[in-house]
Amino acid sequence: MAKNKNIAESVSANAGARKSGLFEYAPAPESPAAAGDIATSYGHFIGGEFVDSSGSEALKTVNPATEQVLAEFAHGTDEDVDRAVTAARKAFADWSALPGSERAKYLFRIARIIQERSRELAVLESIDNGKPIRETRDVDLPLVAAHFFYYAGWADKLDYAGFGTAPKPLGVAGQVIPWNFPLLMLAWKIAPALATGNTVVLKPAETTPLTALRFAEICRQAGLPKGVVNIVTGDGRTGAALTAHPDVNKVAFTGSTPVGRAIAKQLAGSRKKLSLELGGKAANIVFDDAPIDQAVEGIVNGIFFNQGHVCCAGSRLLVQESIQDELLDALKRRMATLRVGDPLDKNTDIGAINSAAQLARITALTDAGEAEGAERWSPACELPGSGFWFKPTLFTGVSQAHRIAQEEIFGPVLSVLTFRTPTEAVEKANNTPYGLSAGIWTEKGSRILWMANQLKAGVVWANTFNKFDPTSPFGGYKESGYGREGGRHGLEAYLDV
Amino acid sequence: MSTVAANALGAAGGGLQDVAASEASLRRFLHGLPGVDAVGLEARAATLGTRSIKTTAKANAIDLAISMIDLTTLEGADTVGKVRALCTKGRNPDPSDPTTPRVAAICVYPDMVATAKAALKGTDIQVASVATAFPAGRAALPVKLADTADAVAAGADEIDMVIDRGAFLSGHYLSVFNEITAVKEACKRPDGTSAHLKVIFETGELQTYDNVRRASWLAMLAGADFIKTSTGKVAVNATPPVTLLMLEAVRDFKEQTGIQVGVKPAGGIKTTKDAMKYLVMVNETLGDDWLTPHWFRFGASSLLNDLLMQRQKLTTGRYSGPDYVTVD
Repeated sequence: MAKNKNIAESVSANAGARKSGLFEYAPAPESPAAAGDIATSYGHFIGGEFVDSSGSEALKTVNPATEQVLAEFAHGTDEDVDRAVTAARKAFADWSALPGSERAKYLFRIARIIQERSRELAVLESIDNGKPIRETRDVDLPLVAAHFFYYAGWADKLDYAGFGTAPKPLGVAGQVIPWNFPLLMLAWKIAPALATGNTVVLKPAETTPLTALRFAEICRQAGLPKGVVNIVTGDGRTGAALTAHPDVNKVAFTGSTPVGRAIAKQLAGSRKKLSLELGGKAANIVFDDAPIDQAVEGIVNGIFFNQGHVCCAGSRLLVQESIQDELLDALKRRMATLRVGDPLDKNTDIGAINSAAQLARITALTDAGEAEGAERWSPACELPGSGFWFKPTLFTGVSQAHRIAQEEIFGPVLSVLTFRTPTEAVEKANNTPYGLSAGIWTEKGSRILWMANQLKAGVVWANTFNKFDPTSPFGGYKESGYGREGGRHGLEAYLDV
Repeated sequence: MSTVAANALGAAGGGLQDVAASEASLRRFLHGLPGVDAVGLEARAATLGTRSIKTTAKANAIDLAISMIDLTTLEGADTVGKVRALCTKGRNPDPSDPTTPRVAAICVYPDMVATAKAALKGTDIQVASVATAFPAGRAALPVKLADTADAVAAGADEIDMVIDRGAFLSGHYLSVFNEITAVKEACKRPDGTSAHLKVIFETGELQTYDNVRRASWLAMLAGADFIKTSTGKVAVNATPPVTLLMLEAVRDFKEQTGIQVGVKPAGGIKTTKDAMKYLVMVNETLGDDWLTPHWFRFGASSLLNDLLMQRQKLTTGRYSGPDYVTVD
């Protein structure tokens, strides 16, 4: 118990020595047991019941931080999809006929249960996805609940939403969601669909099915009528079967641009309504009069939030040439404090890459960046021995012609470009096939408004980045897709207007 | 600019010698500092507040926090007996556990400096005194200087001065600057050494974060050894965002001039949990260089007892209660 002496010794020994670990944080692990029981194998959730797959093929989901298999889950066959769509169709008649205020009760109930079970869901999400518990706990789960609360509020006010006096639901919505925000994307899709009177068949991503299956339990707990929400697991084949199903009235997809393009081709000529949320390559534009310390935070949050697995990530930093050195020094200093490691440690900032395949893609693209002559930098940090990890990485000397400036990397990799005038910033920011989001950092309000008008992006953040809110519409231009989710606009995608 | 400050800044190569040559140049410099985005600053401070400090890290942090406390009594009703009791507590915060570290300083009004000095004889605990017509600072400069000189003559090791917020808010930066340099001169002792100067901004009255950053640079340019948030006598005292901003300012100042300045949040920090959040901010903004009582202090009176109770909990495994720590 000679703590006093230890402190005194270390104080004198460490005087002037930075990063010597005087105040090392002890591990603060969240308990994996809080995730509740994870079954060894899962079937689908169809017609309000957990059912076995009609096929025998099983897929595995692993914890990306340890590579341990968490559970087996069914690969949904065409027959499974058909059963689910049939169940949804059957439920549609009663569900859509309910008064909005009644549908709202179910949605409010789901939202409250999500809040009550948020720790369980946060831990499960973290285990299945690899994202840090700090983000699932403080960002994902509060937003998931907020989306259900928000759309619950709309359910009895649709007549006043500006889509005609009595807007009608579309019918059965087939929804395919990605692995980067498994529960949040589920909430973005399911909450407005149910509020507007549609029924749902949802296919979660093949690397992160567990929280969607847990959500199925919540639907049962909330007493949601059978068949209103159906969940069919599987990979791209299952997704394709769902989007192709003739009795689906609406398809909503969030994921990669190539898959989105394939779905658009598949659906062309059909009467199905389609919304696509695809890739992005956002410019985060920092002017020389920006609030520098906050801009650095915004850049870090823009690209390292959720390991960069964010379609609207600020993956291209456009910095005004006059402050390039100052800003990059500050950014590197800040990056050196990022804590990479165990996602369940409450002090972890950057967790695991979601899958081996994604890690390979990030590695290939960063290698290409180096090969094409950009300069690579990462802070010194140790990575765990097992699992999928990638150091936060910065590329300087990047030009528009580099692949790392054009292609979506979907990882913790930031490409730095420079500009001299606002016009040049706009030109470079818009010079990509994508148009999902952008960020502007300046103290000058008029410049923010001017830039926001010039930028071809669905979301433009000013002096902040990666902020989400259920009241705010989200969606893209160009190859980032079409349709909007969130806000009043998000209702339109599920109404016959 | 005072020759002392100018020489220091000139020698350090910061290129800032001429900043205070005129009211206009000082204003241009202060208004040319990067702006502060309030939402972003508060979000960052809140994020740092979610760090989870457990087990060994918590034990280390508690001892570090105790060793950084300026144990304070600034009441109109202060007596010699009260100050002596506080000094005894500062030397030996937990009589049941001699391994408990001592506090950094005892902070009193100038008329109590001699009492505190005598009571702390033989220890390295500093005596800090709030001079310059604390807390309002509403007195003529000669009065403030006399107040300071009186405290220094009585043996104060550190002087906590308040700035003239009226002058600052009305844009008379040079007059604030000159006042700080004058007080700095008054901190000199006959033997050529000098009491450490802590400059208090009363950030709750400065209203904007931009003002806090400007005040920080202004004080540092004028030669402050420490910058301190508040007097503890107004409604809004130290807050995490304000403290974070001041930490960023001392970091930038050291980068530009090579001169290291300390930071002291004061007022309203009452719990171990609060103190941990501040230590995390220091750790992640400035690192080990500032994680010592020489460069970071807590201005507090009730914080110590909560730290002691938490310390006892870590030692014994159970919570005791307010009667297991002393009330002095």
